[in-house]
Amino acid sequence: MLQRLEHLLGIEPLTREQITFILDQAAPFQEFQKHPLKKLATLRGKTIALAFFEASTRTRISFATAAARLGADQMNLQAEASSLKKGESLIDTVRTLEAMRPDGIVMRHSASGAADFVAKRIEIPVLNAGDGTHEHPTQALLDALTIRDRTGRLEDLHVTILGDILHSRVARSNIHLLSKFGAAITLCGPAMWLPREFENLAPNVRRVTRIEDALDGADAIIVLRVQTERIHEPAIAAEEYILGYQLTPERLRLAKPDAIVLHPGPMIRGLEIDPSVADGPQSCVLEQVTNGLAVRMALLYHLVGGAPTDAPHPAGSDAVSNSGSSSSSGAAKGSANAAD
Amino acid sequence: MLLIKNGRVIDPASGTDAAIDVLLEGARISRVGANLASDGAEIFDAKGLVIAPGFIDLHCHLREPGQEMSETIETGTRAAARGGFAAVCTMPNTQPVNDSASVTRGIIERAAAGASVRVWPIGAASIGSKGEALAEIAAMKNAGIVAVSDDGKPIASARLMRQVMDYCRALDLPVIDHCEDSSLFAGGVMREGPQSIKLGLKGIPSQSESICVGRDVEVAGLTGARLHIAHMSTKASLEYVRWAKKMGLRVTCEVTPHHFTLTDEDVQYDTHYKMNPPLASRADRDALIQGLADGSVDAIATDHAPHHPASKDVEFDRAPFGITGFETALALGLSELVHPRKISLARLVELFTTGPARVLGIERKIASGEPADLTIFSTEHEWTFRAADSPSKSRNTPFDNRTFRGAPMATIVSGRVVYRREAAATAK
Repeated sequence: MLQRLEHLLGIEPLTREQITFILDQAAPFQEFQKHPLKKLATLRGKTIALAFFEASTRTRISFATAAARLGADQMNLQAEASSLKKGESLIDTVRTLEAMRPDGIVMRHSASGAADFVAKRIEIPVLNAGDGTHEHPTQALLDALTIRDRTGRLEDLHVTILGDILHSRVARSNIHLLSKFGAAITLCGPAMWLPREFENLAPNVRRVTRIEDALDGADAIIVLRVQTERIHEPAIAAEEYILGYQLTPERLRLAKPDAIVLHPGPMIRGLEIDPSVADGPQSCVLEQVTNGLAVRMALLYHLVGGAPTDAPHPAGSDAVSNSGSSSSSGAAKGSANAAD
Repeated sequence: MLLIKNGRVIDPASGTDAAIDVLLEGARISRVGANLASDGAEIFDAKGLVIAPGFIDLHCHLREPGQEMSETIETGTRAAARGGFAAVCTMPNTQPVNDSASVTRGIIERAAAGASVRVWPIGAASIGSKGEALAEIAAMKNAGIVAVSDDGKPIASARLMRQVMDYCRALDLPVIDHCEDSSLFAGGVMREGPQSIKLGLKGIPSQSESICVGRDVEVAGLTGARLHIAHMSTKASLEYVRWAKKMGLRVTCEVTPHHFTLTDEDVQYDTHYKMNPPLASRADRDALIQGLADGSVDAIATDHAPHHPASKDVEFDRAPFGITGFETALALGLSELVHPRKISLARLVELFTTGPARVLGIERKIASGEPADLTIFSTEHEWTFRAADSPSKSRNTPFDNRTFRGAPMATIVSGRVVYRREAAATAK
């Protein structure tokens, strides 16, 4: 049987099998999102602590919705309202939360390694919702699910990641994940955001500073947000960035004809991406959001629900397949469990 | 009187490496020779042990005055004695900063009252170590400082460095610099490289250090002053020092045990691996070992930097830089350098004794009439370092629970045995 996850701290320590398992488990939850009654009893009586020490809108809402749809109760901590402002240390804040007996903690923090730091010091599962510039594992998993759905596979893809690679935890998690499936990864952006050490992160990673060279032959393009709040050095002028790195329809044509475009959001139209690309047929940005719910439900179910890895799927057991293709039967079965 | 018998005396100053005895009388060494008669002296049986001049640590933080939660002169020097150090140079970044004769005198008085080993204060180069105006260096020299430094930060500009060096040259004091270019340092928390990229921790390029070493060496050439590079961590810095020595400049440098033992690859998110300068690349670490072996490096210094446990039990970004180092320094030197045959035992002894003494412009030797400061150690004794047992007030070490071959067995200061391993207590 597959090794159970104790925490989800990053993609780097996961095996290909563990990743495939999570994606397979997420597939029935994708269908479940379409059901009119979106509530399961799977985590009824469980409590999820959502500890967001760094501002977040979409990831926090996604985790909160995922927890709600599994029937879990929530404890919410947001940086603005927390005692961190009063000088309390991270570990004291987290231990205070833990003393209220949640069954799992979802945390985001501006310091790299914060989730790892907490996981070493408390007993309950920790789900990393983004730590500094280290990892954002659920983003990479939802991206992988999206890519697998659209292209029909996750193996041996040509993937281009565009933007501020240096400061991006999304880039790191995606590099780790896609490399485990044999991807050839091209990183592209202004040279100061593209340190050569990224080539050591995983096999088959290359750096390219000309966007035209980076897009040639790509199956998938992940456009990163230009993270102005995390940039300590003088930032590149917006016009200069647009000139060199905006994903435009003309540039997208250099990729494979059926190439897909992903963006972790929040997206700044007209800066890193041309609006017509963001809204075009190759764009997956809204599927990514929906898939985020499915992936996070699957993770909460397994990490907090404590089910064995071969347990029947809460959204319909026959929906769990290894094919990874979306299954319509999941929705039907899901509805049977939906009444809470 | 104390007669140390049956040991192996290694005295780098005279090139001695022989099975001879040492007789101490009061605070001085009275005789050195084979088969000395006891004449009623107490006997210290040093069979199987090395007898070396008392070790000198050029670089530590005793945190007093002002940060007694982390360390005091009393607790820090007890840890130093257990590490085999007979004298320690304490950096001026206390609260208040040691930038005046009154603070210097306070440290010396506190040391006289409760220190286990000699405490040699280092004075600030600038007032408050702020990098603006010169501190009261001459007054501090009269009060007892042995060097100046703005440690914790570099001496702020080449212009200030020139003034400090000109002034200290006249006073015959070494200027110790913590080399770092703050614009390149830019809030970094570990050495820039593959590991910093993987961990998503802000990197500090190695050039942050070497640029400043290059600047300092140039100003040393301009002024003719004595320059000592603190906790040097990169190959390029070492190359600047080699060049300076070749040019006949009075430039010296030190390396810490953690920089010759660990690399940036050892950094995870454990704050006990966060220090400044940060752990370097493998190539830099190997270059430092080469420098220790070939004589380019003058001293091993601990940069013992105690921090209260709560201050280190935080996110990596928020933790203060620094680790403790007294009690593991010699053991790391033996385990990492001597046993793997990277340097000789005599060379290691030199790096702890005559090397740092020369930086300070003093002598250190085992001879009749010299101060009775001795470090007696075993190259073979197996033991496990337990931070919880340390007399230091702090526990911030990456070497907790590490097992070593080789240990300090006794530390003698002014003829007094201030530490002896067997009893694991001071035998006063």
